[in-house]
Amino acid sequence: MRLRNTGFLLACLVTRDFKIRYRNMSLGVFWSLLNPLVLMLVLTFVFTKIFPPPGVENFHVVVLSGLIVFSFFSLAWQSGTMSIYGNATLIKRVPMPRELLPVATVLANGLHFLIQIGLLLALALWAGYRVNPFWLLLPAIFGLEVIFVCGLALITSALDVYFRDIRYVVESSTTVLFWLVPIFYSFAMIPPDYRELYQFNPVAAVVLACRAIILESRMPPATLLWKLPLVSLCFLAGGYLLFRRLKRNFADYL
Amino acid sequence: MPRVRFHHVTKVYRRQSRQFFWRFLVETLGGRRADPIYALRDVCFEVGAGQALAVIGRNGAGKSTLLSLVAGLTTPESGSVEVDGRVLALLELGSGFHPDLTGAENLRVNAALCGLTRRETEERFDEIVEFAELADFIHEPLRTYSQGMILRLAFSVAIHADADILLLDEMIAVGDADFQRKSFRRIREMKQQGRTLLCVSHVPEILKELCEEAIWLDSGRIVLRGPAEEVIDAYVTGAPLLEGSP
Repeated sequence: MRLRNTGFLLACLVTRDFKIRYRNMSLGVFWSLLNPLVLMLVLTFVFTKIFPPPGVENFHVVVLSGLIVFSFFSLAWQSGTMSIYGNATLIKRVPMPRELLPVATVLANGLHFLIQIGLLLALALWAGYRVNPFWLLLPAIFGLEVIFVCGLALITSALDVYFRDIRYVVESSTTVLFWLVPIFYSFAMIPPDYRELYQFNPVAAVVLACRAIILESRMPPATLLWKLPLVSLCFLAGGYLLFRRLKRNFADYL
Repeated sequence: MPRVRFHHVTKVYRRQSRQFFWRFLVETLGGRRADPIYALRDVCFEVGAGQALAVIGRNGAGKSTLLSLVAGLTTPESGSVEVDGRVLALLELGSGFHPDLTGAENLRVNAALCGLTRRETEERFDEIVEFAELADFIHEPLRTYSQGMILRLAFSVAIHADADILLLDEMIAVGDADFQRKSFRRIREMKQQGRTLLCVSHVPEILKELCEEAIWLDSGRIVLRGPAEEVIDAYVTGAPLLEGSP
């Protein structure tokens, strides 16, 4: 529609979302660090003192790597889903490319994700892990997760306009997924019969890839490296096409 | 070459009393469509560059639907809407404003929503602030602003975004008398530069002053079209409608 300023508009929407989240909080952006740190400490306490797992070193780094990947996924997907309904006045009053709203919301969450990745890498180095050449793959792996969530958010935000139940479906799905993504257990603990299933979950794939790189200094498995881009790009393309079909009537249904 | 052209435009809304999913089931399985509500019926008109068209009518006559169609916010059921140029809708000023952001931050978001690029926004920043008379407060959060200050900021951004077609919905009377005079002068200047205006208002004097033509909508149909003065007077005095007039 209006390509000449789409980039500027997207940047404005992302910074708006990013700024209003912690504006007026005394600790500001530190909440992005505090939330995963507190959860990390609790999970580490429970799973090293109460249910000790069989010989996992630096359990807190293992947990944190799962936590930040999952919390970005769940927060970005949930707020992305609400982004069209939540900006109803913009949809009804302002001619703008509507795709930008869910994408901007996901990217604003991506900025918090970036801060948390910094925290994870710092804790990993502190725990004695070393920088290795595979770290160069990390931006691509995290980037693919962002793309995957953008695709999901395009789908669910558009459907949410017509079926307001979608947001609760998303909320329940993320609660269920918390247990089905290897956050506080390792891939090795999953019985072999179920491992195939985990391979199809992009969030689990991101957790496994980033653990292979940071904690084990090795290349993530090759199958994972082609499945993840394939699934992420398919979701983005599918989400974009569905959104384009559904956006025509947004203004009439909000 | 008209800037805005409506050709036999009809816009239908359907009753939304039932939830979408159940309505969808009833309609596809039962083969029964919900009763249509005609927001616009067979509307034709044209507005050229440098012209201003007033749209009048009672509440619910279809005025806002007409502006939404021009802005491309919604699509017609049948007929065609042709728009040549960039549209700026002042339908609801400050739609993208957030109370916790400062005036300056909101200004940038709104400028982007109005179609300005980053460079244009920075170039016009001071001019926009000056026109809005907010130089002392521009770095304060918007929640500390008065209603008048918020509207002045939104209005100022909008008129500094150079759109070809401006849609004004009840938003011409913003701010105090001085600010209104200034805004008026600015809108008239924009008209002289060849911008097209579509105005909706319940204040006859404003419409007569800005527009040379007017259409009177009633229940989605155009009941009278012609020189602004005549149509508006007829509407205000409540002249009896002729059945089947254009």
